[in-house]
Amino acid sequence: MAKTNSAISTAAPKVNLSRSDQRLVLTFEGNWSVHHTQQREIDQVFSELDRQSPAEALQFDLSQLSFWDTSLLIVVARAEEWCREHKVKFLSESLPPNVASLVALAEEVPERETGRGRKKSDSFFELIGNKTIVSIEGIQAALEFIGETVLSFGRILRGKAVFDWRLFWLTMQECSAQALPIVGMISFLTGLIFAFVGAIQLRQFGAGIYVANLVAVAMAREMGAIMTGIIMAGRTGAAFAAQIGSMKVSEEIDAFRTLAISPMDFVVSPRLIALSLMMPLLVLYADLVGILGGAVVGRSFLGITWSQYWAQTVGSMGLVDIVTGLVKSAIFGVIIAVAGCERGMKCGNNAAAVGNAATSAVVLGITWIVASDAIIDVIQEILKL
Amino acid sequence: MEAAAAGSAVGNSYPAIEVRGLEMAYGSYVLMRDISFTVAPGEVMVIMGGSGCGKSTLLKYLIGLKEVEKGEILYCGRSFSKATPEQQEEMQRTFGVLYQGGALWSSLTLAENVALPLEQYTRLSSEEIREIVSMKLALVGLKGFEEFYPSEISGGMRKRAGLARAMSLDPALLFFDEPSAGLDPITSRRLDELILRLRDSLGTTIVVVTHELASIFTIADTSIFLDAETKTVIAHGNPRELVKEGHSDPKVREFLLRGDPTKTPIGLPRKDLPAESLDPAGKS
Repeated sequence: MAKTNSAISTAAPKVNLSRSDQRLVLTFEGNWSVHHTQQREIDQVFSELDRQSPAEALQFDLSQLSFWDTSLLIVVARAEEWCREHKVKFLSESLPPNVASLVALAEEVPERETGRGRKKSDSFFELIGNKTIVSIEGIQAALEFIGETVLSFGRILRGKAVFDWRLFWLTMQECSAQALPIVGMISFLTGLIFAFVGAIQLRQFGAGIYVANLVAVAMAREMGAIMTGIIMAGRTGAAFAAQIGSMKVSEEIDAFRTLAISPMDFVVSPRLIALSLMMPLLVLYADLVGILGGAVVGRSFLGITWSQYWAQTVGSMGLVDIVTGLVKSAIFGVIIAVAGCERGMKCGNNAAAVGNAATSAVVLGITWIVASDAIIDVIQEILKL
Repeated sequence: MEAAAAGSAVGNSYPAIEVRGLEMAYGSYVLMRDISFTVAPGEVMVIMGGSGCGKSTLLKYLIGLKEVEKGEILYCGRSFSKATPEQQEEMQRTFGVLYQGGALWSSLTLAENVALPLEQYTRLSSEEIREIVSMKLALVGLKGFEEFYPSEISGGMRKRAGLARAMSLDPALLFFDEPSAGLDPITSRRLDELILRLRDSLGTTIVVVTHELASIFTIADTSIFLDAETKTVIAHGNPRELVKEGHSDPKVREFLLRGDPTKTPIGLPRKDLPAESLDPAGKS
């Protein structure tokens, strides 16, 4: 990378400007390396150049130079730029051939007008406008995706789709048996927490037994479905986005398209159907485990017997409560699967995009789970269910 | 060229790279044994061989991604394989590596990709780094693409950007893994020319792993041929010499003639050789 590879002198880099008649001479000395440049000295030389009365040509003297690398090249390039601006002749012949050839190489391909300078910050209104456009496009894309999913269902029901049964069973296993430990633990703790909160209040009125009602209704109507939904969004939704996203990156999705196999049928629908079928079962399990969590608190802190607690629980719940939870859970299943698969299918084509797809699948999933839960509750209230 | 000439004129008697009796293995499976060769400063050496013979693995040993179990690797007379991890890191800073797909960091722009090694290992101001980055990108013909992300440019541009990053610390040694893989013939030829011009101007020692014949004949000063059957180096020298009748193992000649001695390396009928020299020795 230099005049010499091994005998690197330690002399400090120096640059001097001298003048002989109509000729400016830049003399470089010492060791020009990126590890110790002399930015201030360079700037000084250039301001000195600016102060010079008009000259005909600029010449270089590199005979005292012991080592050089890119740090020298950028000064030479800057000097050439200066010469062009000030209409001074740039004597590239005075450069050693290898330096001259590199400077020539750097200028061989002209700067491409890419229309992209350094990033400029948008104004406040531009920012809001852009965000609005992006979110409208996002909603449009999501609706399109849901439409395509419905079409895919139609094809599957008519037996006209290539359906990946292996993926279907595998996803089913992932969304059911393999999710039981985490769903169980979280639901148990949720039931427990609800029972504690209730116990503190209800004990004051001697109504400790009503903890069973509180836990049962809360788990069945709301918490069972919501907690399971959030767990599955983080666990399965993110996995869907990452799996499909990496298939997109490695052009596997395109390979399906070129074989006239709809990736919606082969990749998306099996996941969507499997998760939507398994969610209600998971939620039923979560409800039971949550009630067990409540019962543990009832038994150990309120002195309620197991049978009393069970009788109170059964008496407090109607079919409507359980069905509400199950309907919600099926809806949440669809939301998680659609968010995961849609983000995956819309993934960009690099490694970072896969990560972004997974993150946004989780955020989107959880947001819509909570929002749709609220909407369903309002509708139920209106219908007095 | 001045730089290349100066490199040998310093009285530096050490080769830029020396490999002594290196054995390459994955666990207990030995891929190649007894690899020995030297590369003089400023030379371009090509590592050739059929697919799967261990060319890229050899490169991994050379740049320190795989630990040497048996044998030794020396750079300018200093042992790399027996150095402490700190010394190895210090030596690695004089290497530039261009990976097969460019291996640009996808979350960073081209300018940030090239700037990262400079920010890490030099005390330059951000203004100076910016100037160096645009110079490096200009050298590989990518001026104006500073703010692009790797996913927004073509494969050939990605390779050139990878080269700019490999050169960011002005390395004394450059390693290329399959530089022309996946590029069209013209782009790949331009890349070869770029490699040669950079070598001529900077005096960099270059090691290239490739099996592109056109590239091999254009850029190589010297080469080694790895043979999967005998598990060792079966030829060492300039490919233009190796291709001549009787100068090397028939397998090497067959490789360099694409398995057909009646055709030139790019597959055209040979007119330059007299009929008797077209002995299909490689095929027997």
